Amino acid sequence: MSSSTTTTDTPQGSTHTPAGLIGFAWALVGIPLAYGLYQTVKTASSLFGG
Amino acid sequence: MAVPSFLARERIVARPGFNRWLIPPAALAVHLCIGQAYATSVYKAALVSHFESSLTAIGIIFSIAIVMLGLSAAVFGTWVDRNGPRAAMFTSACFWSAGFLIGSLGIATEQLWLVYFGYGFIGGIGLGIGYISPVSTLIKWFPDRPGLATGMAIMGFGGGALIASPLSRQLMSVYDPGYDPSVPTSIASGNAVSMLFLTLGLVYLVFMMFGAFIVRVPADDWRPAGFDPSSVKQKSLVTTDNVSAANAIKTPQFWLLWTVLFCNVTAGIGILEQASPMIQDFFRTGESSLVAGVAATGFVGLLSLFNKGGRFVWSSTSDYIGRKPIYMVYLGVGMVLYVLLATVGSTATWLFVVLAAIIISFYGGGFATIPAYLRDLFGTYQVGAIHGRLLTAWAAAGIAGPLIVNGVLDTQGTPGQLVAGNYRPALFIMVGLLAVGFIANLLVRPVAATWHEPKVGAPTTSTPERSAVR
Repeated sequence: MSSSTTTTDTPQGSTHTPAGLIGFAWALVGIPLAYGLYQTVKTASSLFGG
Repeated sequence: MAVPSFLARERIVARPGFNRWLIPPAALAVHLCIGQAYATSVYKAALVSHFESSLTAIGIIFSIAIVMLGLSAAVFGTWVDRNGPRAAMFTSACFWSAGFLIGSLGIATEQLWLVYFGYGFIGGIGLGIGYISPVSTLIKWFPDRPGLATGMAIMGFGGGALIASPLSRQLMSVYDPGYDPSVPTSIASGNAVSMLFLTLGLVYLVFMMFGAFIVRVPADDWRPAGFDPSSVKQKSLVTTDNVSAANAIKTPQFWLLWTVLFCNVTAGIGILEQASPMIQDFFRTGESSLVAGVAATGFVGLLSLFNKGGRFVWSSTSDYIGRKPIYMVYLGVGMVLYVLLATVGSTATWLFVVLAAIIISFYGGGFATIPAYLRDLFGTYQVGAIHGRLLTAWAAAGIAGPLIVNGVLDTQGTPGQLVAGNYRPALFIMVGLLAVGFIANLLVRPVAATWHEPKVGAPTTSTPERSAVR
């Protein structure tokens, strides 16, 4: 994942986004999405199952 | 319309060092929830039975929601851009969740009008605000890859149905032990659907609030590491200037893109709406079809995968080949594929499936690429509001697509006895529509400088109605 920068500092100072928060956020959307994909592929496979 | 301070745009400006990869999951948290709108077929039969009503009467719930999506995206677009993504996502979560809760009450008390009002009207407002809420934010965080960024979010809208369909079946089987999702004729009780609505309303509220509270907007002077805005300007059609939403709708470019989206969506909906009976009719021999009902359900699932995948893959590809060329592919290659579907589509199942799958991937791609196309032409200033206004094309296509296909098929015969040839007139109408869209896309040129917002510090000259909304 690429990082990002700002060209200037703001009055609030700098921050660091915890990797754990990013991982948690992606897991929160990724796990349901993987579940949905799995279920759909299972259904779609009936098209080729004869 | 002011918002509470904790929702205000000023409160969520990211500090230096903020990782922009937290923004796509925030956007997905909203789009995966509102994408449930495409999973309504799961409980349609249960509602028909519960209300002792017709498929048409129950289908109106979805129609109201989609019309409200288009209207609210158009009406609230400027508000969304002005107040930022947190306020928009928060509002969307409240409306979407309230829609489910009111709908649940309507089902429990057997008052269909309450379901129309709750899920359709209130929930539909949540749909519209939610759909556009992360778009301009993503474009600002990913100026180097706007197609990828918006493709990810809008893919989420397609993904929402993939999650909600199986989840709803499983939840209904928990709330109604007599319901067996694996048996096609099994229908859940109204109480089970009411409980499903209650559960989804609460789960979606939590999920969308999570997105609302992790989302941030970049500072005005922020740039991704190594990104040079002048490299973007080098591409034709891409502007570094800005056009307000009020002025954008006065430009021919807006209406050309409206036509492009309308034609692309109408053509895609034509197949999506009819997918299951269509594959069976294409391979019908006498009274029976070579494609069984279960396989037809699998075909619908496969199309939803390509619909979702197309949103991400094609929109990301547009970052490299450009927005105008990718729409030439969607519309031009789409025309060829529709002709092939109409003429040789019934010769082999695999050929029919491949052609339909690519067509639907273009349909999804068309949805996902349009925000980046708008960014290219009108800049980032009010791109969310402009996108909202453009989505009225979706609402119009949602009415036109099924009307064309069903209208043609009604003249061709009785459902259950149709064959491939009966679909040809509808498919050739779609070819004509795609041709109109193709020409509209060809006519797109850069927006005239007279519509650009004045640059900061630049002297004010006499130009067409500068936007008063800042």
